[in-house]
Amino acid sequence: MNRLAVELPGLSLKNPIMPASGCFGFGKEYGNLYDLSQLGAIMIKATTLETRFGNPTPRVAETAAGMLNAIGLQNPGLERVLAEELTRLANHDVPIIANVAGSETEDYVQVAEAISKAPNVKALELNISCPNVKCGGIAFGTDPKLAAELTSAVKQVSSVPVYVKLSPNVSDITVIAKAVEAAGADGITMINTLVGMRLDRKTGKPVIANGTGGLSGPAVKPVAIRMVYEVSKAVNIPIIGMGGVTDAGDVIDFLSAGASAVAVGTANFVNPFVCPEIIHALPALLDELGLENITDLIGRSHAV
Amino acid sequence: MIVQNRMAICSTRQIADNIIEMVLTGNLVNEIVSPGQFVHIRVTDTFEPLLRRPISIASFDKEKEQMTLIFRAEGRGTQLLAAKQIGAEVDALGPLGNGFSAANSVAGETALLIGGGIGVPPLYQLSKELTAKGVHCVHILGFQSATAVFYEEEFTALGETRIVTADGSAGERGFVTDSLARNPVDFKTYYTCGPTPMLHAVQQAFHDKQGFLSFEQRMGCGIGACFACVCETQNGQDLPYVKVCSDGPVFPAGVVAL
Repeated sequence: MNRLAVELPGLSLKNPIMPASGCFGFGKEYGNLYDLSQLGAIMIKATTLETRFGNPTPRVAETAAGMLNAIGLQNPGLERVLAEELTRLANHDVPIIANVAGSETEDYVQVAEAISKAPNVKALELNISCPNVKCGGIAFGTDPKLAAELTSAVKQVSSVPVYVKLSPNVSDITVIAKAVEAAGADGITMINTLVGMRLDRKTGKPVIANGTGGLSGPAVKPVAIRMVYEVSKAVNIPIIGMGGVTDAGDVIDFLSAGASAVAVGTANFVNPFVCPEIIHALPALLDELGLENITDLIGRSHAV
Repeated sequence: MIVQNRMAICSTRQIADNIIEMVLTGNLVNEIVSPGQFVHIRVTDTFEPLLRRPISIASFDKEKEQMTLIFRAEGRGTQLLAAKQIGAEVDALGPLGNGFSAANSVAGETALLIGGGIGVPPLYQLSKELTAKGVHCVHILGFQSATAVFYEEEFTALGETRIVTADGSAGERGFVTDSLARNPVDFKTYYTCGPTPMLHAVQQAFHDKQGFLSFEQRMGCGIGACFACVCETQNGQDLPYVKVCSDGPVFPAGVVAL
């Protein structure tokens, strides 16, 4: 019996740890550093129908215990992701969660339909929360009606379960969560980055060329924990939680808040070996807590 | 191979205004393959500052398992690194990126090495490798002012060296390209590292020559995964962009749009 195993729609995870989309590329670089089959899953970088170059540089700026980014969904486009990236990832025994992005419903649907047929893609992550692109992205994620319609459209064509990635840049995240659940979402991933800005002291102008960027890193963890807590009480579909995870202790917190699995983002930039290190550290933490299985942690914060 | 290595500080000293020379030892050194590669340094075990700092390798000695870093202590991260004492350990990830290849020059040729400010350090290992194989190196090193100048003696020991300062307080006054316009050098290949405007001026001045340029860009991961450090390529290249950290930082002239 594997103490770390977690079963989610479409995903038989050998452990609940996965790199978050946008922080791991398509796995190639990290695959040179360690065996990717150790991971519970991999959330690959957002894929759009066409090749995207992304935003002008500077695209990142450091902030207190965090960073801002405005990459702008740079990716080689659906065709090359299928032919090159997913084919290469098929050499590793690890389920892929494909992050799907677009500008309008039609291109989300086209990408979702095609990418969900790749044999190693076990689930989709519908990106309705990217704060760094002008069209699509967050526009879908901040309007419950639009979010539901898009979820429903993608569900109709997807060959695998659909998880919807929620934006924290809303006044009540449970409204969006309930809307996508009603539209047929199989799960929720949360949170995407918080919109922020850093100014250059000399010029007074934004450091990031895009003006605003998405805040990530340890600084956002309390916001993420609070939102996972709220959403897990509001919906009955599983949550993959993320936001500022840097060690195994943070994983305990996210599971306790109500997540069923946890993604690691910015920490990969600080320590490229962070995911396997967290996986190796989890059994001892379970022992300390007197728990047999990692699933025993899920939703502890809600216990009466 | 890229390794994460806790490297010990063998020596550290200030060699110019805010410029620190730090010698580190560890098995990461065995993995270095070319001058101009860099290491990504975590300056603290806390979250403040969070990200690593990319610092180019000025020279290395595989027998001693030592490498020398030269960096400007300017922001929070590099100031914390500068404050570390001999014996302290530094978390280094590397070696990263593709550096200069000494194979682009052959014995008997003249190579022109042009450095600007904190872009000077990687040219030192390059010059050592080029001169060792019989290439005649001419160094044009640009700095803001006299107090910013470093490694003049080290470069002079390897070949002709011109110091150029923006304010004229040491060597010639002006930019490196002014010096080269006044007193041209007959060379086969140029190698340059420094601020982007300098790279632009150098590439323009020597558009008919073989050249290699090392770029600087804000980085996230340092290994090619985060797409923070991309540069647009010039028209006619296969890719619309390159990543400074993993495709570079050194590119042949004409690849990156300047």
